[in-house]
Amino acid sequence: MLLFWPLVIPFLTMVATLFAWRSIRTQRALSLLGAAALLAVALVILTRVIADGPFAEQAGAWPAPFGITMVADGLSAAMITLTGLVALAAAVFGLQDVSDGEARSGHHPLANALLAGVCGAFLTGDLFNMYVWFEVMLISSFGLLVIGGRKAALDGATKYVGLNLIATVAFISGVGLLYGTTGALNMADLHGRLAGRGGEAGILMATGLIIFAFGAKAALFPLHFWLPASYHTPSFTTSALFAALLTKVGVYALIRYFTLILPIADTPAQPALLWIGGFTILAGALGALAQSGVRRVLNYSIMSSIGAMILGLALATPLALVGAVFYLAQDMIVKANLYLVAGSARRLAGSEDFAEAGGLWRAAPWLAALFLVPALSLAGVPPFSGFWAKLILTRASLEAGGYWCAALILGSGLMTLLAMARIFAEMFWKSHPEGDVAAGGRLPAAAWAPLVALSLLIAGAGIFAAPGVEASEAIARNLLAPDAYLAAVLGPGAEVRP
Amino acid sequence: MNSLILSTAARFLIPVILALSLFIFWRGHNEPGGGFIGGLLAATAFALLAKASGTAKARRTLYLRPRAIAAFGLGCALVGGIWGGLATGAFLKGMWPFLTIDAEGHKHGLPFGSIMLFDFGVYLVVLGTVTGILFALEDSLAEDAAGAEDVPLDKEDGRWR
Repeated sequence: MLLFWPLVIPFLTMVATLFAWRSIRTQRALSLLGAAALLAVALVILTRVIADGPFAEQAGAWPAPFGITMVADGLSAAMITLTGLVALAAAVFGLQDVSDGEARSGHHPLANALLAGVCGAFLTGDLFNMYVWFEVMLISSFGLLVIGGRKAALDGATKYVGLNLIATVAFISGVGLLYGTTGALNMADLHGRLAGRGGEAGILMATGLIIFAFGAKAALFPLHFWLPASYHTPSFTTSALFAALLTKVGVYALIRYFTLILPIADTPAQPALLWIGGFTILAGALGALAQSGVRRVLNYSIMSSIGAMILGLALATPLALVGAVFYLAQDMIVKANLYLVAGSARRLAGSEDFAEAGGLWRAAPWLAALFLVPALSLAGVPPFSGFWAKLILTRASLEAGGYWCAALILGSGLMTLLAMARIFAEMFWKSHPEGDVAAGGRLPAAAWAPLVALSLLIAGAGIFAAPGVEASEAIARNLLAPDAYLAAVLGPGAEVRP
Repeated sequence: MNSLILSTAARFLIPVILALSLFIFWRGHNEPGGGFIGGLLAATAFALLAKASGTAKARRTLYLRPRAIAAFGLGCALVGGIWGGLATGAFLKGMWPFLTIDAEGHKHGLPFGSIMLFDFGVYLVVLGTVTGILFALEDSLAEDAAGAEDVPLDKEDGRWR
């Protein structure tokens, strides 16, 4: 039951933290332990996938396609490993960032439910089951948004839950239509049954609904407005979890749908996604320049990264898919790191609004260095991991003749660099409005240790890029020719039934 | 709410609803019913009690905190899944410790095992969650009715009270 541990561990941690409701200290320790165990199990799964290729497990031993299948291929295994990593970093950072009030309102049980939902969505091989995990994520993230209890949080959470509920209704309607036309819910089974039927009206309708649902999760233009309205209101730990994981699940689901279930080249979704991706990049890059707080800028920069990944998927060449996968993986670490640095900066400067903060350069020069690593990586500056992601995508666009895609990716890099330089100037360089230097004080180890670890990973993945890029190539190859995946789910001799 | 009719009727109705909820839960093992709908029915009984005699009385009758009930239920469901997972390698595989099948395929013993445990967990999660939400809503309604000051936001830090 190896593949079920990434679900069982967060749920067990959730039960344990619920029973330890009165002791925040115990809850924190349990959360830390749970995140470490999740990372360990994810690494075991990743090693097995690297050694033996994709493998699947059936819940209750009901054979596919009748039962619920959990599948780990390269993409899923990489995603849950990064989820474990982000969860551990966030749990360590949360030791000093999550207020007692939030912990008493249930931060730790909710955060663990969120992790279970994310791991479930990454591992499941069943479209309806994925809907269930989306609901788990939605409900727990809604709880995490409102426990801060501030008015802005409720305002953001209302927009968040409003659009996301509509999106899940669209998702379940799309799944229902697919089930009605094909009689299948298992993704590997759907792959066989949908082959060559990409043009049918019912399937196009279902695909449209599912693009709407996943697009809203991933904050694609024009369904993005909930993200900048809500991500800057909770604690920084929660923001980091959301930014690193939630939108990425939407992108992962789109990649899975348009490679395994219905290859994108067969559908009119390809030009649509190209436009959507392009507009998402533009909206994110322009929006980031117009904001006046650290997290508000970062919220918009999530969108420009998501747009680039969707462009990679929509270009539908093997190299572009490699770029999208590499971008997706490294962006999880970059986003977690950026929001956690912002949390430390907020702690030292006393505010995250540009008007009320500054002077960090003199108070904590090494924090400035820790900020620059993920910020430059986000903008695509070598030698960090974001550079290679942008490089592969640009090259793929040029090879596919999509010159405006290349221009968008490069232009958004420049605008992101401007936005990051603005954060640097306002938070670090400028003197603090009350006196020259930020009030500062010492940062506890829990506030800087995860930043150092994630920054080292980003720099390492940039300087020694070959293993990461080669792994992305292998993942993309398996996505485009999912024979091993199908064999793992349906059995080696499975016939594709009409 | 102070209605003599409601509180008198509730005294007779609540045991009936609770018994029905257990019956539906039990019946769900092989027929329509089960932990979810049983848990909802049980929560209805406590909702009726809260309406008739107030949430304080309903909380006392429920005895355990709704949160603890839900947490215990989630634990039961997880154990129901892990049990089969550890014993056979397939998570959620049904385990029947009191059931034996003889050579002719006849079953002997009690069909009572991990599936019942899982369903019982669902029952408790639904009961705990729904009563928790209902009591919280009832309490805030009662506060409003008691003429609590109509200032939902604390001016100082903008937090809800």
